[in-house]
Amino acid sequence: MRIITYRQALNEALDEEMARDPRVFLFGEDIAIYGGAYGVTAGLWQKYGDERVIDTPISENGIIGTALGAALTGLRPVAEIMYIDFIGLCMDQLNNQVAKIRYMFGGKCRVPLVIRTEGGAGRTLGAHHSQSLESWLIHIPGIKVVMPATPYDAKGLLKSAIRDDNPVVFIEHKMLYNTKGEVPEEEYLVPIGVSDIKKEGKDVTIVTYSRMLLFSLEAAKILEKEGISVEVIDLRTLLPMDIETVVKSVKKTNRVVIVEEDCKTGGTGAEIGMQIIENAFDYLDAPIIRVAGADVPMPKSPVLEKLAIPDVERICKVVKDVLK
Amino acid sequence: MEITKELAIKLLKQMMEIRQFEDMIMELLAKNIAEGGSHLYAGMEAVAVGAISVINPDDYITSTHRGHGHAIAKDGDLKALMAEILGKKTGVCKGKGGSLHLADLSKGNLGANGIVGGGIGIATGAGLSIKLKKENKVVLCFFGDGATNNGIFFECLNMASLWKLPVIYICENNKYAMSVSVERSHAVKDITKKALAFDIPSENVDGQDVLAVREVVEKWVNYARQGNGPSFIVANTYRYYGHSRSDPRVYRTREEEKFWRERDPIIIFGNKMKEMGILNEEEINQIEEEVKKEIEEAVDFAIKSPYPEPEELYTDLYV
Repeated sequence: MRIITYRQALNEALDEEMARDPRVFLFGEDIAIYGGAYGVTAGLWQKYGDERVIDTPISENGIIGTALGAALTGLRPVAEIMYIDFIGLCMDQLNNQVAKIRYMFGGKCRVPLVIRTEGGAGRTLGAHHSQSLESWLIHIPGIKVVMPATPYDAKGLLKSAIRDDNPVVFIEHKMLYNTKGEVPEEEYLVPIGVSDIKKEGKDVTIVTYSRMLLFSLEAAKILEKEGISVEVIDLRTLLPMDIETVVKSVKKTNRVVIVEEDCKTGGTGAEIGMQIIENAFDYLDAPIIRVAGADVPMPKSPVLEKLAIPDVERICKVVKDVLK
Repeated sequence: MEITKELAIKLLKQMMEIRQFEDMIMELLAKNIAEGGSHLYAGMEAVAVGAISVINPDDYITSTHRGHGHAIAKDGDLKALMAEILGKKTGVCKGKGGSLHLADLSKGNLGANGIVGGGIGIATGAGLSIKLKKENKVVLCFFGDGATNNGIFFECLNMASLWKLPVIYICENNKYAMSVSVERSHAVKDITKKALAFDIPSENVDGQDVLAVREVVEKWVNYARQGNGPSFIVANTYRYYGHSRSDPRVYRTREEEKFWRERDPIIIFGNKMKEMGILNEEEINQIEEEVKKEIEEAVDFAIKSPYPEPEELYTDLYV
């Protein structure tokens, strides 16, 4: 199978969906001439023109509000919030309008809106360009939250998100854009709300998503050599969360490590862990342990930044701890 | 502007419907039949009725936390609206929205909003949608004086002007953002000036005069339909009741209230129609009686309607 980057996979998804459905248009900061801060929309403005790829002013709340109005009246916008750190600027529109409008109106409208954004540390960009804020978003009923880790999933999930009649927040990771993976030439979709066992194992289950999948797989490889068999589950979608796949795995391995990049306190891992306890407590032979981001604003220094997020070594150590 | 008898009846009746609807809700709140809160539109009827009377059924509006008037003027069903305010299953949003979220997309009402300024983004997006789809529709975006101090107002007016979107932004200046007066919260007292920053044409209109509102809104609706872009209208008006039911109105004087009540939009319009010989006293009384009956029927319907079933809690969240 051909190998392409995560960035290219996303670009293909947008291109294919725009070609397939004239109601789809892109809307955000620096996405047209510039091609997106991380190049995801490169070439699409040249191909589809001003009315399908729209550069907006720096007005995040206005971008999401306007995209919502367009979605309510028959279009299928893909809005871009350049960094997830800027989501605070549009949290009113996202939380109060986008997520709730269908429910508040008794189901009498649809919001086919995708909000693409990216997050995560790794480029030493400091506290305003490196956050992992997905736990804010999974606390909002009415939206879906998708965080793909591989080029294959990125493409298939973005296409599904664009075809979904519900609002989907699609969170990419800045350190994944240049990663490569197998992506078929022919069309395919990856369903939202279905997690994926990226590596089978029998001794311990790692539950993870986004970039931390790559770290977890690397850790699993190292541990394998030491005779520890790790099962790695990529959640892919955080809301709705496919906990069944996780529970099934826990029933097999009886041990769980959660690996997440976001801050530990009140983080996504807390939700994952609690759902495991609610659904598979009797099968646990050891406490669930989180390997998570530090509860600090992301520091600039490359040394400190590395310490603020999980690394392969820490994951290996924690896996061994739960096996003790 | 020429007024046919048919139009006069329609305008007067709608204003009366809104007034009596709101008076009735105040009564239901006092009797605890209506729970929670409600922001009443009484006193401001000429703005919603005048503005919405010049657009087509398939044009859009967005409304505010004080949204009953807009919903009624946009061909809202009185029974379904009343039932919604009481949280009943037969409500226009199945009892899940309430007073702050009256909406009926089938009639182009993109919804009231619990957040001040919350509808401005939606209206601008509907305008973008119209432009991209090359339709000949317009959007009337209603909001209060308070919303023009909100960030999304500035973000969206900029985009609407930049892209020449067919949105008529209508600020209902009723002088108070809850308790804080325009004088105490706006650096610019003439709110129309805010549109200058975006090169959007703007003007003030007497919000107590339904015909004046019609004339101004019609002008800017035509302007928008011709592809010239947005406009900004400040309708100067007054709400008779407080911000909400718990408001003792300590921030304004009884004299000021009296002044505005003497400028009642329904009386002004009724007198004008009598002067012009279009409607007589008897006809006006007859309309009022008809409306009274309609409101009674709506309340009866709402009170007798069932609440949603428990299983409705989890429906309508996702498609």
